[in-house]
Order: sequence, then C-alpha cells, then structure tokens
Amino acid sequence: MRDRYRIWLAVALGSGLGAVSRHLVAVAAFSVLGPTFAWGTLAVNLVGSWLIGIYAALTEPGGALVVGPAMRQFVLAGFCGGFTTFSVFSLEALIWLQQGRPGLAGAYVIGSVILWITAVWTGYAQGMWINDRQTRSG
Amino acid sequence: MVIWSVIGIMAGMSDTTSSLGLAPLSLFFILLGGALGGLLRYWMTAWVSSRMGDAFPWGTLLVNVSGACLIGMVAAWVLPDGLGGGQVNVWAWLVVGGLGSYTTVSSFSLQTLILLRGKRPLRALFNVLLSVFLCLGAAALAYSVMRYLLERGSP
Repeated sequence: MRDRYRIWLAVALGSGLGAVSRHLVAVAAFSVLGPTFAWGTLAVNLVGSWLIGIYAALTEPGGALVVGPAMRQFVLAGFCGGFTTFSVFSLEALIWLQQGRPGLAGAYVIGSVILWITAVWTGYAQGMWINDRQTRSG
Repeated sequence: MVIWSVIGIMAGMSDTTSSLGLAPLSLFFILLGGALGGLLRYWMTAWVSSRMGDAFPWGTLLVNVSGACLIGMVAAWVLPDGLGGGQVNVWAWLVVGGLGSYTTVSSFSLQTLILLRGKRPLRALFNVLLSVFLCLGAAALAYSVMRYLLERGSP
C-alpha cells in the first residue's frame, strides 16, 4: 500500500519536473531559433523518446541498472511522460493546417513520428547493448 | 489575430501581453499542472489496462486523444485574441503544465516499439495511425465546436 503512494509521488514529481524542463526547452528554442517552427516540441519529444527507450532497457529485470519501482516510474511515467507531449504537438499541427500550410503540418507530423520511433529504437538498442556488455564482463 | 505567434505563446514568449517566460510564478504553475497531469495520466492508463489488458496501448491512446480534445477547446478560447490577463496563468498550469504532461509521446513511442519487437507490425501501425488521426481530429473538432459556442454566446 505504501509502495503505491511512493510510486504516485514519484510520478507526480517526475511529471512536474518534466513539464518545467519542456517549457525551458521551448523558451530556449524560441529565443534562439524564432517562431518559424516548433523546434522545442520536436526536441523534447525526440529526446524523451530516446530516454524512455534506454532507461526502460537498462532497468529491465536483469538489466545493468537495478532500481526500485518508484525510481523506475519517476523516470518513465514521470519525467519522460511530463517532458514529452502529444497535445501540444497536435495543436501545433492543427494551427498550421488552419493557416493554410498543410505541407508544413504534414511534414511535421510524419517527420515527428519517424523521428520518435527511431529515437526510442536507438535508445532501447543502446540500453540492451550496455546490458549485454555488463552481463559478459560480470 | 495573433494566431501566428502560437509557437511563441506556447513557449511563453507571446509579444501581445506579459509573457509566461521564466517568471517564477509561471514555472510554479507549470510544475503544479505538470504533476497533476502526469498523475492523472498514470491513473488513467493503469485503469484502462486493468480493464482492457496490455495487448494494445488503449490507455495511452485514450489519454492522448482526450488531452488533444481539451487543448483544442482551451486554444479556441484563448488563442484568437491572444493571452490576456489571467489567461497567462491558466495557460501555464492547464496547457503547458497539465495537458502537456497529461499527454505523452514517450509512452506512445515505447509501446509502439514493444509492439514492433513483439512481431506485431500491424498493431504498431494501427497505434501510430489511430493516435495521429484521432488526436488531430479531436483537437480540430473541439476547436471548431468551442469557437462556434463562443461566437454564438457573444454576438
């Protein structure tokens, strides 16, 4: 029972920190690259997908990182979940459609999905590679 | 119409009003909304997978579609006239914090990868297409309905 509350607390804390980090990335991207494209959202979703891939692999049973369930969910459901966002991504694509820029919206959606899946696959493969090395050397 | 600066508004750099930016109060609201949104997502996905099983990530799909619907509604209310007055704080905790954190790309990506690795390419494709079309459709529909209601309410 207490474990459950610990996990809830970990998810809430991780999500809050993830959301603030996402906002800071968005502000930085906007300041540096300007309002022409949603660089901030693209970056957080890409990095968040990579991070959840590598962390999920590393903390699998028998993986190189041994952590408790609360710590695992702090990163997976918490930080990665709060850092990435599907709703803002949808709204950005929608706004471009409304502005009569279907090409930009389409490229953003298709490009994003390809990049996310590539990122999570890369992260997961890197995590499994580290697990493998650890097993062999240990 | 300042809808063109939506990326800026999302980044808290709206030039029309005082910006969210890096104001401590904004960051606090984002932290708070993000924590609540993330917790709600965790409960929602756990509840859905306890009823529907884990063969397909229905929980994440439901979270993302409902979040897209809500962001469409809030955007219809806020964006056409720009962020004014108290709307800045509402945008901070509800949209950037709450809905931003409630919806997730990372779980969607990981679950799609798990389907692919489990030799379920069709389910993976189904997850991608369903997520993209339902989220965009929900956001667009919610935006239009909300605009209609707002314009009818204030002639």
